[in-house]
Amino acid sequence: MSNALSRALETRDWLLADGATGTNLFNMGLQSGDAPEFWNEIEPDKIRALYRGAVDAGSDLFLTNSFGANASRLKLHDAGHRAYEFSKLAAELGREVADASDRDIIVAGSVGPTGEIMGAAGTLSHESAVEMFEETAKGLMDGGADVLWVETISAPEEFRAAAEAFANINAPWCGTMSFDTAGRTMMGVTSADMVKLVDELPNAPVAFGANCGVGASDLLRTIKGFVAQGTETPIISKGNAGIPKYVDGHIHYDGTPELMADYAVLARDTGAKIIGGCCGTMPNHLKAMRAALEERPKGEMPSLELIAEKIGGFSSESDGTGDSAAAPARRSRRRRS
Amino acid sequence: MSDEEDDIILSELNDEELVQQMFDDLYDGLKEEIEEGVNILLERKWEPYRILTEALVGGMTIVGADFRDGILFVPEVLLAANAMKGGMAILKPLLAETGAPRMGKMVIGTVKGDIHDIGKNLVSMMMEGAGFEVVDLGINNAVEAYMDAIKEEEPDILGMSALLTTTMPYMKVVIDTMVEMGIRDDYVVLVGGAPLNEEFGKAIGADAYCRDAAVAVETAKEFMSRKHNQLSA
Repeated sequence: MSNALSRALETRDWLLADGATGTNLFNMGLQSGDAPEFWNEIEPDKIRALYRGAVDAGSDLFLTNSFGANASRLKLHDAGHRAYEFSKLAAELGREVADASDRDIIVAGSVGPTGEIMGAAGTLSHESAVEMFEETAKGLMDGGADVLWVETISAPEEFRAAAEAFANINAPWCGTMSFDTAGRTMMGVTSADMVKLVDELPNAPVAFGANCGVGASDLLRTIKGFVAQGTETPIISKGNAGIPKYVDGHIHYDGTPELMADYAVLARDTGAKIIGGCCGTMPNHLKAMRAALEERPKGEMPSLELIAEKIGGFSSESDGTGDSAAAPARRSRRRRS
Repeated sequence: MSDEEDDIILSELNDEELVQQMFDDLYDGLKEEIEEGVNILLERKWEPYRILTEALVGGMTIVGADFRDGILFVPEVLLAANAMKGGMAILKPLLAETGAPRMGKMVIGTVKGDIHDIGKNLVSMMMEGAGFEVVDLGINNAVEAYMDAIKEEEPDILGMSALLTTTMPYMKVVIDTMVEMGIRDDYVVLVGGAPLNEEFGKAIGADAYCRDAAVAVETAKEFMSRKHNQLSA
């Protein structure tokens, strides 16, 4: 399957993805609690500015403003029926900005989680989830996205549902999960589990990886975990610019451009091919990341110690994989006779 | 779990064995077994409050500890909490009749713009599991919804949850409104959600940030005991 992202990956050693969407939109006046997707319609210039911010800072790829553009999320804002429309608008604006650049820019259609629970303990059925993802995905592809990009997923069931939706419309895709609970996703998925999950899908993603989570250090530990499984699929690394802090009425992430530059280089050395930021990553961070990736030569796979030394320590001792998985096993239950 | 040799006849167990078995069944999220266990204990003339504290709260404490320690994850805890709810549904009317002591009352909700309620539901269920009365406002709560609820319900604790960078600042809007109305100090305000941290909780004026549902329960208990100490001092 030929698409702009696969072609770019064939010729480039690394691609710089974009940074934060929410953090940037807040700075443009988005009010907390409001859905950013409405801005695709009522503030298109600000969305263009968001995309342009990433492109001008050197990103090769950016995600569209459609993270919450699914029926389940938009329902909150009485717009459950507008998922297709908002997704299409988000991609159209993206296409326009990408095509205006003199570099090759990839428009990745962001698909966020539904926010509902699937599986034995949940309320959202596989069929409904596939339907919702398909609606968003169609809008994004019709609007001109090069590739779909499901992100911040914590449940394997939801990841599979998104993959199936993308297969239904025969679209190329990428997928990232958020490992925010001692190296696992909220639902307990480890980096090794995700590689297995990706390998077992009938429609393989163009690339897979991790986004958001705790901080840049934890994210790199997850990338190491992917690599340890010997995966051949290109790896995505999108870490937060530090930890959120509340300063003068705004959220500020404490990661500096210098730290994110170190993170980007470490991510490449660890084995990631698509490198970007997540929450808190602004254009000035992206500039520093691009410069560092261009100027510094590729190095050896960094040790966990080196990562901790350069960009800070980890949020937990183990990440739930390999020999370091010292956590006691689940108690054996229903055992009495 | 369905192996024949594992087939357990709950009614044949003595009280101590039954409570142990209920701990196990809560851990495994077996709702029907928990309901059966509660009914057997009621038949054996256990006080509803004793069933709540010894069997259900006891069992959920183990679940909470293993969740905190990274042994259990959200799906398992949801199933356990669901099983506990089955038992609670039987006990609730009886507890009200018998005038059992209360741990405290909490109003909880996810803030405006945020649909994510997994963490909030967990806290809600774990708090009930710990014997608190919980009024759950659901998702997408504007400041007015919180203010109406605390006026009406007179809780000890207000809990707020947010999972998105775009919604977490809204917690400050709610707390600021409470300050303006001069009622901030009448309540313990607990906040939680994936993007938050302790420093953020302090900066927006919450009493505490709770990393997960288990910590929320521990923190709530601590504040309640402080409150009781103050009252008796």
